[in-house]
Amino acid sequence: MRNEEIIKISNEKETADFGRSLADKLVPGSVVALTGDLGAGKTTLTKAIAAGLGIEAVITSPTFTIVKEYYGGRLPLYHFDVYRIGDEEEMFELGYEEYFYGEGVSVVEWADIIEDLIPEDAIRIRIEYGQNEGERIYTCTF
Amino acid sequence: MIDGKLAVLAIESSCDETAAAVVLDGRDVRSNIISSQIETHKLYGGVVPEIASRQHLTNVNWVVDSALEEAGASMDDIDVIGVTYGPGLVGALLIGLATAKAYALACGKPLVGVNHIAGHISANFIEHPELEPPFMALVVSGGHTNLVEVRSYTDFHVLGGTRDDAVGEAYDKVARVLGLGYPGGPLIDKIAKEGDPEAVHFKRVYLEKGSLDFSFSGIKTGVLNYINSEKQAGREIHVPDVAAGFQAAVLDVIVDKTMSAAKDLGKDKIVMAGGVAANSRLREMMQQQCDKNGIALYRPSPILCTDNAAMIGCAAYYKYMAGGTDGLDLDAIPNLEL
Repeated sequence: MRNEEIIKISNEKETADFGRSLADKLVPGSVVALTGDLGAGKTTLTKAIAAGLGIEAVITSPTFTIVKEYYGGRLPLYHFDVYRIGDEEEMFELGYEEYFYGEGVSVVEWADIIEDLIPEDAIRIRIEYGQNEGERIYTCTF
Repeated sequence: MIDGKLAVLAIESSCDETAAAVVLDGRDVRSNIISSQIETHKLYGGVVPEIASRQHLTNVNWVVDSALEEAGASMDDIDVIGVTYGPGLVGALLIGLATAKAYALACGKPLVGVNHIAGHISANFIEHPELEPPFMALVVSGGHTNLVEVRSYTDFHVLGGTRDDAVGEAYDKVARVLGLGYPGGPLIDKIAKEGDPEAVHFKRVYLEKGSLDFSFSGIKTGVLNYINSEKQAGREIHVPDVAAGFQAAVLDVIVDKTMSAAKDLGKDKIVMAGGVAANSRLREMMQQQCDKNGIALYRPSPILCTDNAAMIGCAAYYKYMAGGTDGLDLDAIPNLEL
Protein backbone atom coordinates (compact mmCIF):
# COMPACT_ATOMS: atom_id res chain seq x y z
CA MET A 1 0.00 0.00 0.00
CA ARG A 2 1.42 3.36 -0.96
CA ASN A 3 1.18 6.43 1.18
CA GLU A 4 -1.21 9.17 0.30
CA GLU A 5 -0.55 12.54 1.80
CA ILE A 6 -2.60 15.70 1.48
CA ILE A 7 -0.72 18.95 1.79
CA LYS A 8 -2.12 22.44 1.85
CA ILE A 9 0.04 25.07 0.17
CA SER A 10 -0.83 28.65 1.04
CA ASN A 11 1.73 30.68 -0.86
CA GLU A 12 4.74 30.62 -3.17
CA LYS A 13 7.19 30.15 -0.33
CA GLU A 14 5.43 26.94 0.70
CA THR A 15 5.59 25.76 -2.93
CA ALA A 16 9.34 26.41 -2.89
CA ASP A 17 9.77 24.54 0.42
CA PHE A 18 7.72 21.61 -0.84
CA GLY A 19 9.69 21.51 -4.12
CA ARG A 20 12.98 21.51 -2.26
CA SER A 21 12.06 18.69 0.09
CA LEU A 22 10.64 16.67 -2.80
CA ALA A 23 13.82 17.25 -4.85
CA ASP A 24 15.90 15.82 -2.00
CA LYS A 25 14.04 12.50 -2.32
CA LEU A 26 14.57 12.15 -6.08
CA VAL A 27 17.03 9.67 -7.58
CA PRO A 28 18.01 8.85 -11.19
CA GLY A 29 14.93 7.45 -12.92
CA SER A 30 12.43 9.16 -10.60
CA VAL A 31 9.21 10.20 -12.32
CA VAL A 32 6.98 12.88 -10.81
CA ALA A 33 3.52 12.75 -12.41
CA LEU A 34 1.59 16.01 -12.06
CA THR A 35 -2.11 16.46 -12.74
CA GLY A 36 -4.31 19.48 -12.30
CA ASP A 37 -6.29 22.00 -14.34
CA LEU A 38 -4.89 24.79 -16.42
CA GLY A 39 -3.45 27.42 -14.11
CA ALA A 40 -3.31 25.04 -11.13
CA GLY A 41 0.44 25.55 -10.83
CA LYS A 42 2.08 22.51 -12.41
CA THR A 43 4.88 24.54 -13.99
CA THR A 44 5.26 26.56 -10.79
CA LEU A 45 5.80 23.34 -8.82
CA THR A 46 8.25 22.12 -11.46
CA LYS A 47 10.23 25.35 -11.04
CA ALA A 48 10.39 24.65 -7.30
CA ILE A 49 11.61 21.08 -7.87
CA ALA A 50 14.24 22.36 -10.33
CA ALA A 51 15.45 24.90 -7.78
CA GLY A 52 15.63 22.10 -5.22
CA LEU A 53 17.81 20.12 -7.61
CA GLY A 54 20.12 23.12 -7.86
CA ILE A 55 19.25 23.94 -11.47
CA GLU A 56 19.82 27.62 -12.12
CA ALA A 57 18.34 27.87 -15.60
CA VAL A 58 14.91 29.47 -16.01
CA ILE A 59 12.33 26.71 -16.35
CA THR A 60 10.00 27.72 -19.17
CA SER A 61 6.85 25.97 -20.29
CA PRO A 62 7.52 22.87 -22.42
CA THR A 63 4.02 22.87 -23.93
CA PHE A 64 5.29 23.59 -27.41
CA THR A 65 8.19 21.16 -27.54
CA ILE A 66 6.66 18.51 -25.21
CA VAL A 67 9.95 18.05 -23.33
CA LYS A 68 12.77 20.32 -22.21
CA GLU A 69 16.01 19.10 -20.66
CA TYR A 70 17.94 20.90 -17.94
CA TYR A 71 21.42 20.09 -16.72
CA GLY A 72 23.72 21.67 -14.16
CA GLY A 73 21.85 20.47 -11.06
CA ARG A 74 22.34 17.48 -8.80
CA LEU A 75 20.47 15.41 -11.41
CA PRO A 76 19.34 16.21 -14.94
CA LEU A 77 15.69 17.32 -15.15
CA TYR A 78 13.42 16.29 -18.01
CA HIS A 79 10.36 18.51 -17.96
CA PHE A 80 7.42 17.13 -19.96
CA ASP A 81 4.11 18.70 -20.88
CA VAL A 82 2.13 15.99 -22.62
CA TYR A 83 -0.99 18.08 -23.21
CA ARG A 84 -0.46 18.04 -26.97
CA ILE A 85 0.19 14.30 -27.10
CA GLY A 86 -2.61 12.74 -29.13
CA ASP A 87 -1.98 9.11 -28.21
CA GLU A 88 0.61 7.16 -26.28
CA GLU A 89 2.27 6.02 -29.50
CA GLU A 90 3.64 9.54 -29.88
CA MET A 91 5.50 9.16 -26.59
CA PHE A 92 7.39 6.22 -28.04
CA GLU A 93 8.36 8.38 -31.00
CA LEU A 94 9.74 10.92 -28.56
CA GLY A 95 11.84 8.18 -27.01
CA TYR A 96 10.17 8.80 -23.65
CA GLU A 97 11.62 5.63 -22.08
CA GLU A 98 15.12 7.05 -22.37
CA TYR A 99 13.97 9.91 -20.17
CA PHE A 100 11.72 8.04 -17.71
CA TYR A 101 14.25 5.27 -17.14
CA GLY A 102 17.36 7.40 -17.69
CA GLU A 103 19.91 9.19 -15.56
CA GLY A 104 17.73 12.09 -14.56
CA VAL A 105 14.39 13.04 -13.05
CA SER A 106 11.27 13.33 -15.19
CA VAL A 107 8.52 15.73 -14.17
CA VAL A 108 5.41 15.18 -16.29
CA GLU A 109 2.60 17.74 -16.56
CA TRP A 110 -0.88 16.43 -17.57
CA ALA A 111 0.36 12.95 -16.65
CA ASP A 112 -3.22 11.56 -16.75
CA ILE A 113 -3.08 11.83 -20.57
CA ILE A 114 -0.40 9.14 -20.70
CA GLU A 115 -1.56 7.22 -17.61
CA ASP A 116 -0.52 3.79 -18.95
CA LEU A 117 3.08 4.93 -19.46
CA ILE A 118 3.60 6.37 -15.99
CA PRO A 119 5.78 3.92 -14.01
CA GLU A 120 4.08 2.28 -11.04
CA ASP A 121 6.54 3.69 -8.57
CA ALA A 122 6.11 7.26 -9.83
CA ILE A 123 5.41 10.03 -7.34
CA ARG A 124 1.94 11.33 -8.20
CA ILE A 125 0.78 14.79 -7.25
CA ARG A 126 -2.71 16.04 -7.98
CA ILE A 127 -2.98 19.82 -7.67
CA GLU A 128 -6.31 21.43 -6.89
CA TYR A 129 -7.41 24.94 -6.00
CA GLY A 130 -7.91 25.61 -2.30
CA GLN A 131 -10.57 27.81 -0.80
CA ASN A 132 -8.55 31.01 -0.68
CA GLU A 133 -6.83 32.77 -3.53
CA GLY A 134 -3.32 31.44 -4.08
CA GLU A 135 -4.06 28.35 -2.03
CA ARG A 136 -3.47 24.89 -3.50
CA ILE A 137 -4.09 21.36 -2.25
CA TYR A 138 -1.50 18.76 -3.23
CA THR A 139 -2.64 15.15 -3.04
CA CYS A 140 0.55 13.15 -3.19
CA THR A 141 1.08 9.43 -3.62
CA PHE A 142 4.60 8.32 -2.73
CA MET B 1 24.12 28.23 -58.86
CA ILE B 2 20.84 29.29 -60.42
CA ASP B 3 20.73 32.43 -62.57
CA GLY B 4 24.19 33.30 -61.27
CA LYS B 5 22.98 33.26 -57.66
CA LEU B 6 24.03 31.05 -54.77
CA ALA B 7 21.32 28.43 -54.26
CA VAL B 8 20.41 27.13 -50.81
CA LEU B 9 18.19 24.11 -50.30
CA ALA B 10 16.72 24.59 -46.82
CA ILE B 11 14.94 22.10 -44.56
CA GLU B 12 12.92 22.91 -41.44
CA SER B 13 11.30 20.35 -39.10
CA SER B 14 11.63 21.83 -35.61
CA CYS B 15 8.02 21.38 -34.56
CA ASP B 16 4.80 20.51 -36.37
CA GLU B 17 5.66 21.53 -39.92
CA THR B 18 7.90 19.73 -42.35
CA ALA B 19 9.16 22.34 -44.79
CA ALA B 20 11.69 22.76 -47.57
CA ALA B 21 12.62 25.69 -49.79
CA VAL B 22 15.02 26.81 -52.47
CA VAL B 23 16.34 30.33 -51.84
CA LEU B 24 18.79 32.26 -54.05
CA ASP B 25 21.25 34.76 -52.62
CA GLY B 26 19.34 34.70 -49.35
CA ARG B 27 16.33 36.67 -50.50
CA ASP B 28 15.02 35.32 -53.76
CA VAL B 29 12.60 32.52 -52.82
CA ARG B 30 12.08 30.09 -55.69
CA SER B 31 9.99 27.61 -53.70
CA ASN B 32 8.64 27.35 -50.17
CA ILE B 33 6.85 24.11 -49.41
CA ILE B 34 5.13 23.52 -46.05
CA SER B 35 3.65 20.06 -45.51
CA SER B 36 0.47 21.11 -43.73
CA GLN B 37 -0.46 23.49 -46.51
CA ILE B 38 -0.78 20.70 -48.97
CA GLU B 39 -3.65 18.57 -47.85
CA THR B 40 -1.68 15.77 -46.34
CA HIS B 41 -4.76 13.90 -45.28
CA LYS B 42 -5.90 13.79 -48.86
CA LEU B 43 -2.52 12.50 -49.96
CA TYR B 44 -2.25 9.90 -47.25
CA GLY B 45 -5.86 9.30 -46.28
CA GLY B 46 -5.77 10.04 -42.60
CA VAL B 47 -5.54 12.68 -39.95
CA VAL B 48 -2.24 14.46 -39.55
CA PRO B 49 -0.87 13.71 -36.08
CA GLU B 50 -0.05 16.91 -34.33
CA ILE B 51 3.53 16.29 -33.42
CA ALA B 52 4.57 12.91 -34.74
CA SER B 53 8.15 12.69 -35.91
CA ARG B 54 6.92 9.77 -38.00
CA GLN B 55 4.93 12.34 -39.92
CA HIS B 56 8.08 14.33 -40.57
CA LEU B 57 9.68 11.15 -41.81
CA THR B 58 6.76 10.49 -44.16
CA ASN B 59 6.81 14.08 -45.37
CA VAL B 60 10.42 15.05 -45.67
CA ASN B 61 11.33 13.40 -48.97
CA TRP B 62 8.35 14.59 -50.96
CA VAL B 63 8.58 18.05 -49.39
CA VAL B 64 12.22 18.34 -50.50
CA ASP B 65 11.39 16.94 -53.94
CA SER B 66 8.52 19.40 -54.31
CA ALA B 67 10.76 22.30 -53.29
CA LEU B 68 13.33 21.37 -55.95
CA GLU B 69 10.66 20.73 -58.57
CA GLU B 70 8.85 24.00 -57.97
CA ALA B 71 12.15 25.87 -58.17
CA GLY B 72 12.92 24.04 -61.43
CA ALA B 73 16.17 22.93 -59.85
CA SER B 74 18.09 19.69 -59.46
CA MET B 75 20.59 18.86 -56.72
CA ASP B 76 23.37 19.85 -59.16
CA ASP B 77 22.12 23.44 -59.02
CA ILE B 78 22.20 23.58 -55.23
CA ASP B 79 25.31 25.09 -53.57
CA VAL B 80 24.49 24.81 -49.86
CA ILE B 81 22.21 22.71 -47.66
CA GLY B 82 20.69 24.73 -44.81
CA VAL B 83 18.84 23.08 -41.95
CA THR B 84 17.29 23.95 -38.58
CA TYR B 85 19.19 22.23 -35.75
CA GLY B 86 17.37 23.85 -32.82
CA PRO B 87 15.55 24.91 -30.79
CA GLY B 88 12.67 22.49 -31.12
CA LEU B 89 11.45 19.00 -30.52
CA VAL B 90 14.42 16.66 -30.67
CA GLY B 91 12.75 13.83 -32.61
CA ALA B 92 11.37 16.30 -35.13
CA LEU B 93 14.65 18.18 -35.56
CA LEU B 94 16.54 14.93 -36.13
CA ILE B 95 14.48 14.02 -39.20
CA GLY B 96 15.30 17.28 -40.99
CA LEU B 97 18.89 17.19 -39.85
CA ALA B 98 19.48 13.59 -40.95
CA THR B 99 17.95 14.38 -44.33
CA ALA B 100 20.11 17.47 -44.76
CA LYS B 101 23.25 15.56 -43.79
CA ALA B 102 22.40 12.76 -46.21
CA TYR B 103 22.06 15.24 -49.09
CA ALA B 104 25.21 17.08 -48.03
CA LEU B 105 27.23 13.87 -47.93
CA ALA B 106 25.76 12.21 -51.03
CA CYS B 107 25.93 15.33 -53.20
CA GLY B 108 29.10 16.80 -51.69
CA LYS B 109 27.51 20.09 -50.61
CA PRO B 110 28.40 22.16 -47.55
CA LEU B 111 26.02 21.89 -44.58
CA VAL B 112 24.90 24.98 -42.66
CA GLY B 113 22.99 24.58 -39.38
CA VAL B 114 20.51 27.35 -38.63
CA ASN B 115 18.97 28.49 -35.37
CA HIS B 116 15.19 28.49 -35.79
CA ILE B 117 14.86 31.90 -34.10
CA ALA B 118 17.47 33.43 -36.40
CA GLY B 119 15.37 31.98 -39.20
CA HIS B 120 12.19 33.70 -38.00
CA ILE B 121 13.99 37.04 -37.85
CA SER B 122 15.52 36.46 -41.29
CA ALA B 123 12.06 36.01 -42.82
CA ASN B 124 12.00 39.81 -42.86
CA PHE B 125 14.96 39.99 -45.25
CA ILE B 126 12.89 38.03 -47.75
CA GLU B 127 9.83 40.23 -47.32
CA HIS B 128 11.70 43.56 -47.31
CA PRO B 129 14.55 43.67 -49.87
CA GLU B 130 15.80 46.98 -48.48
CA LEU B 131 16.06 45.81 -44.86
CA GLU B 132 19.54 45.48 -43.38
CA PRO B 133 20.83 45.11 -39.81
CA PRO B 134 21.23 46.57 -37.25
CA PHE B 135 17.72 46.58 -35.77
CA MET B 136 15.62 45.44 -32.82
CA ALA B 137 13.69 42.21 -33.30
CA LEU B 138 10.61 41.02 -31.47
CA VAL B 139 10.14 37.26 -31.88
CA VAL B 140 6.68 36.13 -30.78
CA SER B 141 5.27 32.69 -31.47
CA GLY B 142 3.73 29.60 -29.93
CA GLY B 143 7.07 28.46 -28.59
CA HIS B 144 9.13 31.63 -28.30
CA THR B 145 9.03 35.16 -26.94
CA ASN B 146 12.29 37.05 -27.37
CA LEU B 147 13.61 40.56 -27.72
CA VAL B 148 16.74 40.36 -29.82
CA GLU B 149 19.25 43.01 -30.77
CA VAL B 150 20.33 42.12 -34.30
CA ARG B 151 23.76 43.64 -34.83
CA SER B 152 24.55 42.01 -38.16
CA TYR B 153 23.23 39.16 -40.29
CA THR B 154 24.92 36.67 -37.98
CA ASP B 155 25.31 38.53 -34.69
CA PHE B 156 22.25 38.23 -32.47
CA HIS B 157 22.09 39.36 -28.88
CA VAL B 158 19.12 38.24 -26.77
CA LEU B 159 17.95 41.03 -24.46
CA GLY B 160 14.99 39.27 -22.92
CA GLY B 161 12.72 36.26 -23.11
CA THR B 162 9.84 34.58 -21.37
CA ARG B 163 10.34 33.13 -17.91
CA ASP B 164 7.39 30.75 -18.25
CA ASP B 165 4.85 30.57 -21.09
CA ALA B 166 5.50 31.86 -24.61
CA VAL B 167 3.03 34.49 -25.74
CA GLY B 168 1.38 32.27 -28.35
CA GLU B 169 0.98 29.62 -25.70
CA ALA B 170 -0.75 32.10 -23.39
CA TYR B 171 -3.19 32.83 -26.24
CA ASP B 172 -3.83 29.12 -26.77
CA LYS B 173 -4.42 28.46 -23.09
CA VAL B 174 -6.72 31.43 -22.58
CA ALA B 175 -8.63 30.49 -25.74
CA ARG B 176 -9.12 27.07 -24.18
CA VAL B 177 -10.40 28.61 -20.96
CA LEU B 178 -12.80 30.78 -22.96
CA GLY B 179 -13.97 27.79 -24.99
CA LEU B 180 -12.82 29.30 -28.27
CA GLY B 181 -10.81 26.34 -29.59
CA TYR B 182 -7.48 26.04 -31.34
CA PRO B 183 -5.36 27.82 -32.52
CA GLY B 184 -5.97 30.47 -29.91
CA GLY B 185 -4.09 33.40 -31.45
CA PRO B 186 -6.23 34.15 -34.48
CA LEU B 187 -9.46 33.29 -32.60
CA ILE B 188 -8.78 35.69 -29.73
CA ASP B 189 -7.54 38.35 -32.14
CA LYS B 190 -10.82 38.09 -34.05
CA ILE B 191 -13.29 37.97 -31.17
CA ALA B 192 -11.42 40.71 -29.25
CA LYS B 193 -12.36 43.15 -32.01
CA GLU B 194 -15.98 42.92 -30.80
CA GLY B 195 -15.00 43.50 -27.18
CA ASP B 196 -14.01 46.45 -25.01
CA PRO B 197 -10.35 46.10 -23.92
CA GLU B 198 -11.08 48.18 -20.83
CA ALA B 199 -14.18 46.33 -19.65
CA VAL B 200 -12.14 43.68 -17.82
CA HIS B 201 -8.75 44.63 -16.43
CA PHE B 202 -5.98 42.10 -16.12
CA LYS B 203 -2.70 42.82 -14.42
CA ARG B 204 0.22 43.84 -16.64
CA VAL B 205 3.30 41.88 -15.59
CA TYR B 206 6.45 43.96 -16.06
CA LEU B 207 8.75 42.07 -13.64
CA GLU B 208 11.69 43.98 -12.12
CA LYS B 209 12.33 47.54 -13.22
CA GLY B 210 14.32 47.61 -16.44
CA SER B 211 13.84 43.89 -17.13
CA LEU B 212 13.18 42.94 -20.74
CA ASP B 213 11.94 39.49 -19.73
CA PHE B 214 8.31 38.43 -19.93
CA SER B 215 5.96 36.36 -17.79
CA PHE B 216 2.63 35.23 -19.21
CA SER B 217 1.67 32.31 -17.01
CA GLY B 218 0.00 34.49 -14.37
CA ILE B 219 -2.48 35.95 -16.80
CA LYS B 220 -4.13 32.64 -17.56
CA THR B 221 -4.71 32.23 -13.81
CA GLY B 222 -6.04 35.79 -13.81
CA VAL B 223 -8.52 34.96 -16.56
CA LEU B 224 -9.54 31.74 -14.78
CA ASN B 225 -10.07 33.56 -11.49
CA TYR B 226 -12.15 36.22 -13.21
CA ILE B 227 -14.36 33.65 -14.93
CA ASN B 228 -14.85 31.66 -11.74
CA SER B 229 -15.74 34.68 -9.66
CA GLU B 230 -18.19 35.93 -12.29
CA LYS B 231 -19.81 32.50 -12.48
CA GLN B 232 -20.10 32.34 -8.70
CA ALA B 233 -21.74 35.74 -8.68
CA GLY B 234 -24.17 34.43 -11.28
CA ARG B 235 -23.07 36.93 -13.89
CA GLU B 236 -22.86 36.18 -17.59
CA ILE B 237 -19.36 36.16 -19.11
CA HIS B 238 -18.96 38.42 -22.11
CA VAL B 239 -16.27 36.52 -23.99
CA PRO B 240 -15.28 39.33 -26.42
CA ASP B 241 -14.58 41.66 -23.47
CA VAL B 242 -12.48 39.05 -21.67
CA ALA B 243 -10.56 38.30 -24.87
CA ALA B 244 -9.98 42.00 -25.51
CA GLY B 245 -8.93 42.59 -21.90
CA PHE B 246 -6.51 39.66 -21.97
CA GLN B 247 -5.05 40.72 -25.30
CA ALA B 248 -4.60 44.30 -24.10
CA ALA B 249 -2.78 43.15 -20.94
CA VAL B 250 -0.37 40.95 -22.89
CA LEU B 251 0.25 43.30 -25.80
CA ASP B 252 0.69 46.43 -23.64
CA VAL B 253 3.69 44.79 -21.99
CA ILE B 254 5.15 43.46 -25.23
CA VAL B 255 4.84 46.79 -27.02
CA ASP B 256 6.20 48.79 -24.04
CA LYS B 257 9.25 46.58 -23.62
CA THR B 258 9.99 46.44 -27.34
CA MET B 259 9.77 50.20 -27.68
CA SER B 260 11.89 50.89 -24.63
CA ALA B 261 14.57 48.42 -25.80
CA ALA B 262 14.65 50.02 -29.26
CA LYS B 263 14.86 53.52 -27.81
CA ASP B 264 17.52 52.62 -25.22
CA LEU B 265 19.74 51.08 -27.87
CA GLY B 266 19.06 53.82 -30.38
CA LYS B 267 17.53 51.52 -32.99
CA ASP B 268 15.48 53.16 -35.73
CA LYS B 269 14.10 49.88 -37.04
CA ILE B 270 11.97 47.22 -35.35
CA VAL B 271 11.36 43.86 -36.94
CA MET B 272 8.57 41.51 -35.89
CA ALA B 273 8.83 37.77 -36.41
CA GLY B 274 7.06 34.52 -35.52
CA GLY B 275 3.43 33.43 -35.73
CA VAL B 276 2.09 36.04 -33.30
CA ALA B 277 3.58 38.77 -35.52
CA ALA B 278 0.51 38.12 -37.67
CA ASN B 279 -1.75 39.35 -34.84
CA SER B 280 -3.63 42.39 -36.11
CA ARG B 281 -3.91 44.21 -32.77
CA LEU B 282 -0.19 43.80 -32.03
CA ARG B 283 0.61 45.20 -35.46
CA GLU B 284 -1.70 48.19 -34.92
CA MET B 285 -0.24 48.99 -31.53
CA MET B 286 3.36 48.61 -32.72
CA GLN B 287 2.67 50.74 -35.79
CA GLN B 288 1.16 53.48 -33.64
CA GLN B 289 4.13 53.58 -31.27
CA CYS B 290 6.68 53.34 -34.07
CA ASP B 291 5.04 56.22 -35.96
CA LYS B 292 5.10 58.31 -32.81
CA ASN B 293 8.79 57.62 -32.25
CA GLY B 294 10.03 57.82 -35.83
CA ILE B 295 10.89 54.12 -35.96
CA ALA B 296 10.34 51.99 -39.07
CA LEU B 297 8.37 48.79 -38.47
CA TYR B 298 8.85 45.60 -40.48
CA ARG B 299 7.00 42.33 -40.40
CA PRO B 300 6.75 39.37 -42.75
CA SER B 301 3.55 38.34 -44.52
CA PRO B 302 1.60 35.63 -42.64
CA ILE B 303 3.07 32.74 -44.67
CA LEU B 304 6.58 33.79 -43.64
CA CYS B 305 5.51 34.38 -40.02
CA THR B 306 4.67 30.73 -39.44
CA ASP B 307 7.30 28.00 -39.49
CA ASN B 308 8.73 27.70 -43.00
CA ALA B 309 11.97 26.76 -44.72
CA ALA B 310 12.46 29.90 -46.83
CA MET B 311 13.48 31.79 -43.70
CA ILE B 312 15.95 29.01 -42.89
CA GLY B 313 17.38 29.30 -46.41
CA CYS B 314 17.85 33.04 -45.91
CA ALA B 315 19.60 32.64 -42.56
CA ALA B 316 21.73 29.79 -43.94
CA TYR B 317 22.87 32.00 -46.83
CA TYR B 318 24.11 34.74 -44.53
CA LYS B 319 25.77 32.28 -42.17
CA TYR B 320 27.47 30.58 -45.14
CA MET B 321 28.68 33.92 -46.52
CA ALA B 322 30.20 34.63 -43.10
CA GLY B 323 32.09 31.33 -43.32
CA GLY B 324 29.77 29.41 -41.04
CA THR B 325 29.62 25.87 -42.39
CA ASP B 326 29.05 22.90 -40.11
CA GLY B 327 30.42 19.37 -40.07
CA LEU B 328 28.39 16.21 -40.57
CA ASP B 329 28.60 15.69 -36.81
CA LEU B 330 26.17 18.60 -36.29
CA ASP B 331 23.72 17.58 -33.57
CA ALA B 332 20.12 18.59 -32.92
CA ILE B 333 19.99 20.87 -29.87
CA PRO B 334 16.45 21.13 -28.41
CA ASN B 335 17.34 24.09 -26.15
CA LEU B 336 19.60 25.87 -28.63
CA GLU B 337 20.13 29.51 -27.73
CA LEU B 338 20.70 32.36 -30.12
